[in-house]
Amino acid sequence: MTIKQRTGAGIGRDKSRPYKYIGAPLPKVDAYAKVTGRALYADDIMLPRMLYGRLLRSPHPHARIISIDTRNAMELPGVLAVITGEDLPQRFGILPSSQDEYALAIDKVRYVGDPVAAVAALDPDILDEAIKLIHVEYEILPALMSIDEALAHPEVKINDEARIGNIHKAVSYEFGDVDGGFAEADYVREDWLFYEGNNHAPIEAHACVANWEPHPNDPVGGKLTLWSSTQTPHYVHRELSKVLGLPQSHVRVIAPNVGGGFGGKSDPFSHEICAAELSRRTSRPVKITCTREEVFLIHRGRHPVKMWIKTGVKRDGTLTAMHFRSFLDGGAYGSYGIATTYYTGALQTVTYKLPSYKFEGMRLFTNKPPCGPKRGHGTTQPRYAVEVHLDKIAHDLDIDPVELRRRNLIEPDTRAINGLRITSCALGECLDAVVERSGWNEFHTSSSDQSSIGADVSRPTPIYRPSLEGMENDSHSSIKRGLGIAASSYICGAGKPIYWNDLPHSAVQIRLDRGGGITVYCGATDIGQGSTSILAYIVAEELGVPPEHIHLETADTTLTPVDLGSYSSRVTFMAGNAAIAAARKLKEQLFELASEQLQVPVENLEAAECLIYAENDPGVALPFVKAVQLTEARYGALVAAGSYAPPEGIHGDYKGAGVGPSPAYSYSACVAQVAVDIETGEVVVEKLWLAHDVGQSINPLLVAGQVEGGAYMGYGEAMMEQQVFRKGRHKIPSLLDYKLPTTLDTPEIETILIEIPDREGPYGGKEAGQGPLNPVIPAIANAVFDAVGVRIDETPITSDKVLKALRAELPGARSVQHPHVEPTEAPSPWPTRLIAWQPTEMSLIGKDGV
Amino acid sequence: MLRLPPFRYLAPGTIEQATQMLAQEGEQSMLVAGGTDLYPNMKRRQFTPPVLIGLRGIAALKHISGSPGQGMQLGAGVTLTTLAQHPIFLEHYSALATAAGSVSTPQLRNMGTIGGNLLLDTRCNYYNQTEFWRQSIDYCMKKDGEVCLVAPGSPRCWAISSADTAPVLVSLDAQVRLVSVRGERVIPVRELFRDDGMNPYTRANDEILCEIILPPADGWRSVYLKLRRRGSFDFPILGVAVALRFAGEGTVAGARITLGAVASHPVEANDAAKLLAGQRLTPELISEVATLASKRSKPLDNADLTINYRKQVTPVYIRRALASFA
Repeated sequence: MTIKQRTGAGIGRDKSRPYKYIGAPLPKVDAYAKVTGRALYADDIMLPRMLYGRLLRSPHPHARIISIDTRNAMELPGVLAVITGEDLPQRFGILPSSQDEYALAIDKVRYVGDPVAAVAALDPDILDEAIKLIHVEYEILPALMSIDEALAHPEVKINDEARIGNIHKAVSYEFGDVDGGFAEADYVREDWLFYEGNNHAPIEAHACVANWEPHPNDPVGGKLTLWSSTQTPHYVHRELSKVLGLPQSHVRVIAPNVGGGFGGKSDPFSHEICAAELSRRTSRPVKITCTREEVFLIHRGRHPVKMWIKTGVKRDGTLTAMHFRSFLDGGAYGSYGIATTYYTGALQTVTYKLPSYKFEGMRLFTNKPPCGPKRGHGTTQPRYAVEVHLDKIAHDLDIDPVELRRRNLIEPDTRAINGLRITSCALGECLDAVVERSGWNEFHTSSSDQSSIGADVSRPTPIYRPSLEGMENDSHSSIKRGLGIAASSYICGAGKPIYWNDLPHSAVQIRLDRGGGITVYCGATDIGQGSTSILAYIVAEELGVPPEHIHLETADTTLTPVDLGSYSSRVTFMAGNAAIAAARKLKEQLFELASEQLQVPVENLEAAECLIYAENDPGVALPFVKAVQLTEARYGALVAAGSYAPPEGIHGDYKGAGVGPSPAYSYSACVAQVAVDIETGEVVVEKLWLAHDVGQSINPLLVAGQVEGGAYMGYGEAMMEQQVFRKGRHKIPSLLDYKLPTTLDTPEIETILIEIPDREGPYGGKEAGQGPLNPVIPAIANAVFDAVGVRIDETPITSDKVLKALRAELPGARSVQHPHVEPTEAPSPWPTRLIAWQPTEMSLIGKDGV
Repeated sequence: MLRLPPFRYLAPGTIEQATQMLAQEGEQSMLVAGGTDLYPNMKRRQFTPPVLIGLRGIAALKHISGSPGQGMQLGAGVTLTTLAQHPIFLEHYSALATAAGSVSTPQLRNMGTIGGNLLLDTRCNYYNQTEFWRQSIDYCMKKDGEVCLVAPGSPRCWAISSADTAPVLVSLDAQVRLVSVRGERVIPVRELFRDDGMNPYTRANDEILCEIILPPADGWRSVYLKLRRRGSFDFPILGVAVALRFAGEGTVAGARITLGAVASHPVEANDAAKLLAGQRLTPELISEVATLASKRSKPLDNADLTINYRKQVTPVYIRRALASFA
């Protein structure tokens, strides 16, 4: 790991009072428990009398259910309950606008893997047998397995949520004068690109334990607790309550340690609801642990997206207009898909200055596992398309791709053409950093001498690939190297919650114990990213005690105040600000008493090392525990709460403007170095330089971990991952055959953190969990072109596609392979009403207006 | 998580005990060494043996003896990690060390053995799937079904021989020692294989593959190249094993070319190898040999990447393997 930090001029930061914990490379608070195997994950939970549950899933991609006979399964010794769709008839879904799922299928199954029945038994071996004894009679229906098929066969209706044919959602927006923008352009280019779907592949498969505790005096009959591997306990809480018909007061959802999510554990799931219902019926705890294959079938992963993009530029590369269309392959259900559809268009405007922009998107239902949010939610695909497309424009105009991007950078403290408020932005610094570190200019000024890659780094060792290794010393080498660049931006938390409300997005409570103990309560859900540690560092910083002294209670809908969940890169920004607010309330009380005791004015007090002391005379000090006791004596029990909601007025005033706004945006830039074997098409990504504008690291180790994780995931998506189907079913639902890079395949990554604090972020911090992924994929794609002069224009860039492109007899030295990604029947006109929106003068202008 | 089906586990301490157990327990029992192939298959119900006879405790299967000059004997229970790092193999039988080191992942190489890799079950992406998956598509002929889903008109199974070490040991002209209660036999390793995806080995049910016998290195040099999408973990979708011996004046005195992962057994390209005899390795000759040898490769759509691609790069890989000797 290489981390380089570049700190800005100190905006918003008082250098005379350096942070104690903020910005320090501390271990995670739960690191020891995790590396020693002590940390409990959902599947580790064992309760007395616990049963095991499993779902029977559809073997057909599209079929009508004629009948289900569960009698034989019920009679099997050891089986305690079997349920089917009619036992849980309440529809649900993560979005209020997509209530299209049943816990167990009613009438129809829509993909191979759609749950049909659920069984609870004494042990897992009995489940094997019981599942086989459930007889389901199906009437097979035609299955639509692609965007094209879904468009071509409106008569095969997959999901009733679709208003026209299989179009789940269509949106159409125009911002600014698009026709005028194209008329003004000196050059206009159009491209089609395709982004393949892929799965989150968290190492922990989804698991849950439900425990219904009956209570005869309670009119509801009892209370339910669910431990689940989820990123969003709050939303699971709401949906469980709805489907089970229980008041929210009688449902408790707890996320124990979670082994990765990446968006794949953000929906309420059938297995969670079924475990709860099976527990209610048997009055015994029920555990359901998914298999890896089920993780691929539950999915909610990256949507496959076909994209058409048309851009107008002036001769110098200045953008004048962009028209972008996306076709999303949604799978069988809604999930977050409506939001995803908006996201494929919303953030084009916050990376580069676009004076006019038109966006048309649509999501199709297909007979595949439902797609949803994966790291970069809906922005990864268009970012790939835009950055490859701009790279082509740069080559067409003979402008350095870095220079083209620099000429169009969005500026800090401005409004994007679609009304989004931009505050801090260090994209220019990110570009500078990766250009310098990668030796971009040296490489491209002496591209005949390809050995000059890397300014002051020795050539990284290529990973083990015999075909490449054998060629290293061959004078007639078939290896061509290239560098590619891309930039991106991402939200620091969704500006709007998933269901409409004007409540806080995150809240933190802190309780001080008279013995000096500090307990922090927050709904924030640590899925491995370190959100629990972030809370500890922040409270430690404010109250002047080491993070290890702080007890943390998180992600428990009964104990902890609501945090909306670990999605949209929101937790550090929102829970962090809530934690600061809560801690400062307590600090104010403590300092009041300390000031009286020490006879030092409050403004001269500092808190550190479990002391409150005079900053100019540290010997004048009061132990933290003494300050707590004095304060409790005066004010009673010491509890404080802080909460956070994003500011108003950060978006336009049109319908649909709620997707895209965020209290801040992070920025990232990536340079990729690849080696391509022109005889075999094999591509090795040798190195990634990734600079990320994080505002301020709360912990640079965790930020670098997120940046490296993004680089790794982007590398996998760019080069090998494919959620693909054959004969109606997932072709490769295992971690052997679904090609996910291992640590041995992962390229060398140089992480560069750009730290120029944001005005509204906690200590100036911004997100790091998702944004750094986005530029990696197009940077690799552009590097392949730089190396061998062919474009693949779809992901993943596998060796068979590269070789095919290299062997294609197309005219021109830099021939471009045309991928067959155009929809066969793009609806015309676009099947929804166009919303045209013009930003007002005020909303576009400057620093005071934002 | 997928779970293993129930089974009894027997742990013999000697080869003799193991052969007796195998004879007693009969055809339903199976042998297990590292378990890296068998256990995942059992979890997916490709195999549900009531009895497993574990070979891990048998010290006599872990020897490495002999010398490059006299030939080497290798216990079937030697781990792939040991083999990949062994100085004698790295120097004198380098293709075998390369192949062993290219199997799967470091963790699985620590468990997996040379004998287990050699007797790896043939693979196919219609077959290496869970019980749920296979049931949803009505199974294939290799297990529980009637037809070959790769080639539905075919009377046979086209599952692929996917062991990295198999083509290498064939090209090294190795022999294997098979032991049973009936006695023992030593056969050329090439006779261990059968061109049948369902029954790919000639090993009798009561036999234990105990030893691999390598002929003297005697000037032979060898190389193994492996094609796969991902640089680790993956089974080969093409393996090229070449062993060559040069005469004093730089002409080829002996050549063997064996392709892995292109059929249900390792495929020897003898006609192509013959072209090399008595010749110098010129680029033209290499190219001619590579083209001829690659004709033996007949990939089907039951492994990763496209058929066309695997065909196109086969001659490139063979050419590179040969060129590495030049």
